[in-house]
Order: sequence, then C-alpha cells, then structure tokens
Amino acid sequence: MSAKKLNLKDKYRLLTRDLDWEYSYVDRKKAFPYEEFEGIKITDWSKWEDPFRLTMDAYWKYQAEKEKKLYAIFDAFAQNNGHLNVTDARYVNAIKIFLTGVSPLEYQAYQGYAHVGRQFGGAGARVACQMQSIDELRHVQTQIHAMSHYNKYFDGFQDWTHMHDRVWYLSVPKSFFDDARSAGPFEFLIAISFSFEYVLTNLLFVPFMSGAAHNGDMATCTFGFSAQSDEARHMTLGLEIIKFLLEQHEDNVPIVQKWIDKWFWRGTRLLSIVAMMMDYMLPNKVMSWKEAWEVYFEEAGGALFKDLARYGIRMPKFVEVTEKEKEHVSHQAWWIFYNYGHAAGFHTWIPSDEELDWLSEKYPDTFDKYYRPRWELAKKMEAEGKRFYSQALPQLCTTCQIPMGFTEMDDPTQIAYRSSDYEGEKYHFCSDGCKHIFDEEPEKYVQSWLPVHQIYQGNCGGASVEEVLRDYYKLNLGADNLDIKGSPDEQRWKEWKGVA
Amino acid sequence: MSVRAITPDYKVQARDRVENFHGNQIVYVAWDRHLMFCAPFAYALPPTMTFAELRDQVMPEAFGLHEEFAIINWEKATWLLDNQSFTPDLNQSLQAQGVGHKSVLRFQTPELTGFQGKAV
Repeated sequence: MSAKKLNLKDKYRLLTRDLDWEYSYVDRKKAFPYEEFEGIKITDWSKWEDPFRLTMDAYWKYQAEKEKKLYAIFDAFAQNNGHLNVTDARYVNAIKIFLTGVSPLEYQAYQGYAHVGRQFGGAGARVACQMQSIDELRHVQTQIHAMSHYNKYFDGFQDWTHMHDRVWYLSVPKSFFDDARSAGPFEFLIAISFSFEYVLTNLLFVPFMSGAAHNGDMATCTFGFSAQSDEARHMTLGLEIIKFLLEQHEDNVPIVQKWIDKWFWRGTRLLSIVAMMMDYMLPNKVMSWKEAWEVYFEEAGGALFKDLARYGIRMPKFVEVTEKEKEHVSHQAWWIFYNYGHAAGFHTWIPSDEELDWLSEKYPDTFDKYYRPRWELAKKMEAEGKRFYSQALPQLCTTCQIPMGFTEMDDPTQIAYRSSDYEGEKYHFCSDGCKHIFDEEPEKYVQSWLPVHQIYQGNCGGASVEEVLRDYYKLNLGADNLDIKGSPDEQRWKEWKGVA
Repeated sequence: MSVRAITPDYKVQARDRVENFHGNQIVYVAWDRHLMFCAPFAYALPPTMTFAELRDQVMPEAFGLHEEFAIINWEKATWLLDNQSFTPDLNQSLQAQGVGHKSVLRFQTPELTGFQGKAV
C-alpha cells in the first residue's frame, strides 16, 4: 500500500507549526523559562508569520544543490592555484581577519540560534531559529573550506579558533557575540537578526564579497554568493521579529527601542574593522567606507526606520555621531593596527602614494588635514630604518574593547574620553555610545575580559609581551605579525610572481 | 539602570578589581595632541612608585619614540588627572597624590605641536 502524497501546504504545516503540542504534565512557563524575564509581552504566538516558508526536506535539497556547486568551484580554485590570481599578497590579510574574526561569529550564531530555537513558546519562531542555526553552521564550514587553500601558502591562518578566543583585537568580535548570547532570546534576535543581519549586514558582506571579486579571490567570492540566499532569509527573520514584537504589545516598544540603540552602536564599533579593510587593505578598492556607509546605512537604513516610525520606533540613538564618524573611523582603526602591528596575526603597511591620493580624494574634508600627516611620519621613520611599533599596551574601551583610538568628532586631534564610576570602580569608554551601553547594564560589562588587563593580571602566560604573543596567542612571531615589508608572505609572493 | 537577569538579585564581582593585579594598579597615560600614539598607554604600576619614576623611567620607553619627547620642558607641561587639573609632586608616590587604580593621566605640551605641527 503506498502512502498518500502530501500537498505542499499540508507538508509545510506538519513540518513547522504542527511540531508543537499541548503540554499535559509540565507547566508551559517551566518549559520556556527564558520567555518572560526580559519584560517582553507575547499575547498570541499564532500571529507569528513564518519568515522562511521552507520545510526541512526542501531546505535540505536546496542547500545540497548549492553545496555541490560551491565545492566544485573550491576544487577548481585549488587545482588552478587560485591564490596566485589575487591582486597582491596584501589582500590575503583581509581574509585572515575574516577567518579569525568573522567565521567564528558564524559558529557563535549557530550556537545562539540553536539555543533560542529551543526557548521560544511559538513553534514558528522556534523552527525559523533552528533553520537559521543550521545555515550558520554551514557558513562557518564553507568559509573554513574556502580559506583552507590560503593556509597552504600564507602565514596567519593556522590557529584561527584558538586566536579568536585569545588574541586582543579578536576580543572585539568575540565579546560582541558573547554579549548577545548571554542576553535573553528576544534581545538576541533584535541584536543579531534585526540590528546586525537586517540593518548592518550589507556593510559586512558586500564589502568582503565585492572586495574578493575586485581582487581576484574566487573562493571567497563564491562562498559569499552561496551564502547570499541564506542571508536573504535571515533578513526576513530580522524583520519578522521586530514587527511581531511591536505588534504584540505596546509595552514592548521601549524595550525594543533600547535594544536597537544598544546593538546599532555595538554594530558600528564592530564594523570599524570592515571600514579599515575597505579603505586600507584591499589593493583594488571597491568604494570608500564613507560611501558604503551612505549607501547601505544612511539610504537603506533611513528608509527602514521611516517604515518603523508608525510603531513608535525612532532612529537609533547616536546615529548623528555615525554621520561624522564615517569620515574618520577607518583611518583611526588602521592606525591602531599599524601601531600594534607586532602584536597582530596579520600584516600591516603604509598605504602607497597612489592609495594616499585615493584617500585624499575620497575624504576631502578629513584625510589631508588629520590622517596624511600620520602616514608621512610613518614613511619618514620607515625610510630611516625605524618602522615603529608601540612599546606599551593600549588602554581599551570597557564596552567595545577596541583600543581608545577614536577621537572627539568635533575635535579630531583629541582622543575621546568617557568614564563612569560603578560600585567604587572606574570604567573608561571610547564614546558616548559605549558609555551609555555600560550605564544601562553595568553588571554585565564589569565582567569584560579586557585583554590588556588580563595580561597584567597574569592570566595570559609569560611575563613579557613576546611570551604572550608566542605562547598564549600562538602567533608565529616574525611570520604572522609585523609589517608586510620583509615578511615571508611577501618574499614567497615575489618568488611566485618572479619579481625581485 | 541595571541589567534584567533571569537570576534574582544577580550579583557579580568586577573582573578588574585592584586586588587582581598582584600589588600593582592600572594607570593610563596619554600625551594629548600627539597621535603618533594611537591610544593612551596602560601601565601596571606599584602604587608606591613616585611620580618621578613614572615619568623618567617608565614613560620614556614608549613615549620616547616621538622625537619631541626628549625636548619636553616638564616645567611647562600641564597635567590632567581623571579630567581634573593636576600638579604632580615628583617625589611623592602615585597613591599619595591621588593617582588611583584605573586613573587617567594626560599631559599637554602646547609649545610642541607634533609632527609637521599636525598633532601627530
């Protein structure tokens, strides 16, 4: 006897909403213990509109097809020595940052969505989060496979998970996600699905993927395309969660607004690394960070927040600061890494003269006035054989954990200092945004694992910075770190290309 | 404001309390308008260290990379301690003159305007 074939609609119902059941011997509140403590009020989960409209079997089939194509391209890339087609050895350093800083966040996202995919009372939300969780796991896997080819030919790719957990600048992305995952399930979705995936993701993925395309990196470009249809689904979850929460109860509005304020600012700080990648690390530039911010946040985000105004949601707090920061943030971020290039797991360098001119052209109001002089000094010292590296550890912001290198936006030669006192201790911040986040939830950020303080507490091994870098971070000193000039990466590249 | 936690009366200890630094305290030091140095430096110092030791023995290693550091006229330099105007006593300990754990010390040298006079 053959089983009756289900039509699509029935199949969808059975494989999503119908996975829920009435609880006969457990109190529902005990089954979903995380659902209320954030103060969010859900009156009717049945109003949730499933964002993905995808059943698990269809999902499986669809992803398998994409996977086949993707791995065929990876194979071709490897067999044809694809690494020789990138524009320059400098480019690969952007990919090192991606592998150590971004791919582990995909893994964190996988864990985060798996967790909240258990915690929501509504079956639709649970299924959507579980599917996204699997997507995120796929993304980390495909990224590792795409970049593993570079590991055979370049330094700095060998210990990326270890580095993510320990290296000072990687505490910036790591603590961003730790913050989201240690929040409740609704805040996690506003943080990651809405604020990051919906509002800001184009500023991460478009620059990296079009950067890859502009610089001959077929492997990275291809995983980007393969992830794109997943990302589009993730954005619909971001939009659904915000609409759902705002429509469920008016008391949710101020809570959601607070989370948008927090995660928008957290996101902009995290993206400062993308800003410097676009303006300084890509040998073939796509567009300036300032242009990207204008297109992907100011225009697209502006329209989104106009739509959300009818729910009583306004633009994120401190958005006016970002309008000024777009002129400065990439320059200040790359300067931090140039200063601490001896302690980084990738190479740093002075922009070429053509690149300096490109920056002047893209940043007519700020570059020549504030940033070209920094590079002129670096050039002078390099020419004298004195390429400098900072000889003391930097002060970090307690919230974003970035060295305190950002300036007052109305006085760009003055470092911005903000501080708060909490239970007899002083805390320091790079900006009003980071101070505000701390002041809202000080109990959380007094626990910040600030790499510089951890070194001084003796929790990162050896007494000297060199021992910390070599033994605790596992950097191959002299190969992974320092300037690209004279690095083994550069020497090999020249040999391959037959240049002296 | 305080965090909304799932645990009632959520209490934690600050991770960077002074007792975790093995007898040292953290002091941040910055030279205003000299952005060759991207950020203030963080030092772990004994609270009994004198201001002279900080200025003349600790600071030169990092700040000395700037060619103006050697020509600073310390008589004219001004200081801020935690954003308040401050006159250091070279012979007193940090602790005795209020330089505490996680204090920020900033100094200004208005006659030295940085590389190319551009605050670098």
